[in-house]
Amino acid sequence: MAPGMNTVANDTMTNDPILKVEHLSMRFGGLMAINDLSFEAKRGDITALIGPNGAGKTTVFNCITGFYKPTMGMISMRQKAGKTFLLERITDFEITRDAKVARTFQNIRLFSGLTVLENLLVAQHNMLMKASGYTILGLLGLPTYKKASVESIEIAKYWLEKAHLIERADDPAGDLPYGAQRRLEIARAMCTGPELLCLDEPAAGLNPHESLALNGLLRSIRKDNDTSILLIEHDMSVVMEISDHVVVLEYGHKISDGTPDHVKNDAKVIAAYLGVEDDEVEEVIEEIEGTQGGMQQ
Amino acid sequence: MANMSNMSERAGGSLTAWALREGFYAGAVSLGLFVLFVGLETTQNIRNELVLNRRLGLLGIFVIVAAVGRFLTVAYLRPWAAARKAAAAAKPAEGEEGFSKRNFSKIAIVFLLLYPLIAISIFGVQGSLKWVDNLGIQILIYVMLAWGLNIVVGLAGLLDLGYVAFYAVGAYSYALLSQHFGLSFWVLLPLAGILAAFWGMILGFPVLRLKGDYLAIVTLAFGEIIRLVLINWTEVTKGTFGVSGIPKVSVFGIWSFDVSAANNFAKAFGLPMSSAYYKIFLFYLILALALLTAYVTIRLRRMPIGRTWEAMREDEIACRSLGINTVTTKLTAFSIGAMFGGFAGSFFAVRQGFVSPESFVFLESAIILAIVVLGGMGSLVGIAVAAVVMIGGTELLREMQFLKRVFGPDFTPELYRMLIFGLAMVVVMVWKPRGFVGSREPTAFLRERKVVSGSFTKEGHG
Repeated sequence: MAPGMNTVANDTMTNDPILKVEHLSMRFGGLMAINDLSFEAKRGDITALIGPNGAGKTTVFNCITGFYKPTMGMISMRQKAGKTFLLERITDFEITRDAKVARTFQNIRLFSGLTVLENLLVAQHNMLMKASGYTILGLLGLPTYKKASVESIEIAKYWLEKAHLIERADDPAGDLPYGAQRRLEIARAMCTGPELLCLDEPAAGLNPHESLALNGLLRSIRKDNDTSILLIEHDMSVVMEISDHVVVLEYGHKISDGTPDHVKNDAKVIAAYLGVEDDEVEEVIEEIEGTQGGMQQ
Repeated sequence: MANMSNMSERAGGSLTAWALREGFYAGAVSLGLFVLFVGLETTQNIRNELVLNRRLGLLGIFVIVAAVGRFLTVAYLRPWAAARKAAAAAKPAEGEEGFSKRNFSKIAIVFLLLYPLIAISIFGVQGSLKWVDNLGIQILIYVMLAWGLNIVVGLAGLLDLGYVAFYAVGAYSYALLSQHFGLSFWVLLPLAGILAAFWGMILGFPVLRLKGDYLAIVTLAFGEIIRLVLINWTEVTKGTFGVSGIPKVSVFGIWSFDVSAANNFAKAFGLPMSSAYYKIFLFYLILALALLTAYVTIRLRRMPIGRTWEAMREDEIACRSLGINTVTTKLTAFSIGAMFGGFAGSFFAVRQGFVSPESFVFLESAIILAIVVLGGMGSLVGIAVAAVVMIGGTELLREMQFLKRVFGPDFTPELYRMLIFGLAMVVVMVWKPRGFVGSREPTAFLRERKVVSGSFTKEGHG
């Protein structure tokens, strides 16, 4: 990299995009799940991806985290150090390991037979693997591995305290109540040391009290752990409360993009979520076409 | 507790009467049921006439068994079971486990170290052969094999039905390399392990994309391929004749067990000639190998790789989302599991002095897998107990000559061992669906090491 570029990157530290999705399309047979989607997530922001059921939000996530190979398009992730990764070209586990993008799942995927602590230790696999000399040195009982293993427990402890799970550290993960499992999954993803955290419906199934606590956790992750967040969410109390930037999808298209307030008042978003009365349809279509024309100009 | 006091109040006077009544009813019902089935028998006499025989004695036995059985169940068995249940409920925290339960593995290891000496002191040098060789070594080979397979099936959750292939690779590696190149056991033992691990990887690569049933079928086929190659590649393996005259192992090259050798073990110590010393040495050798397997497994479980095996058994997709390369993780599980199979194989070759494809049939794989499942997947102690029960049990059947008195002189108990094996498996699986030890020891803890109940762990889907 040219030395000049570094300074540019530093100047725009607060506003440069960490993730850039350009012309992303994903086709399943005859179904176009995502159609020419482009958006950006800024570094240090909480970006929300919303839309009605079946809009293709989880598909976007799966493309970003490598679980699907997109049919078309480019997804680039730029790390703090300035290194850029083209996510559509690398496999899922490399995206977490090298590009530092971690994710959670819509239907929680914990290691239910492992304890809460062990779940967090598995997440630190790559670091521990290196410290144990790919198992060989660790098997011989070398101190580097012992040190790393103590450190990994400290990291796990930090996240357990942050997610209010420290009391349950030695219980099997499958034994936790639903809300705690959600928090544990986030804590586990954070133990991989990501720069971008992708959360697939983190507030699904939480009660109002728990989603309030989740807001606090996500804010703290952004602020204290210097991690940008991209989230899919249906719970508007979470989305409108914490996100800096909202992208709205419908049928694989982006229909709105902006601040929560902008999106909230967007006619297309309201139409997508609530529908419109029959006699208003033409009005809305005209309005939409008008704004699209305006945008193109 | 309230239930129990109700029970005992009733027990005071009326329980016996009630049980008697129940017994009488049961007798009456069975009389009604069996009077025609059992009480009467039709036969033909010499003139081909139908004759009705009365079998009142037999009928009486049926009725008495039903009546007495019902009486005993109601009067004694049920109150006893209820009392036991109540007592178990009264103290739910079984915090204080008995000394023998807590130190089970230590006691077991000490017992195994003393086992040949105990056998000699009871049965004499020659008499101990049967106990050390047929029982001890045989069980320990299976313990080691099952512990090796446990890495693949129990920890990583990859169902492998062709594990015996690696056993065969280890056995033939030793048999052929020692015959052709004259290398000693101590050189070939690690080499056999490495070769088996290599074959583990060769199996691993094509099956990486498979899960569950499909994986099981391909590994099954792999086991058969190895066996068929051993049968048909006659120039190298001598086919079904097998490789014989495999050299014995020496005590690290210092003493030999060959009768003609100058440094013969018995001669060196001035002992009378006997094959028992060799068998006892083999016993300690397989004990050491099995304990090595256990030690490495315990260490690996606390390393990132072992933890990841278990995580992969729980959820492979989650593993990938955490930046874990599941391909290499699976390959390490296959190859390390195979390596221990290879060690056990070369030990098998040196013990038998003869290997043929007969020893590596699918049944062996099935037995090893059954031991792992019965013991409780992932649990070393449970698997060892299951191996003792399964292999020791079938070996002991040979000794049970009194069964001949029950089933007649034609009864050969050995022939029924698979039947009893199957029956035992059904019983154990009904009684303990997760195997003898269904729970899981966590590999790390913050405050307190709590055992993870079997209901949370998964079996893995490949």
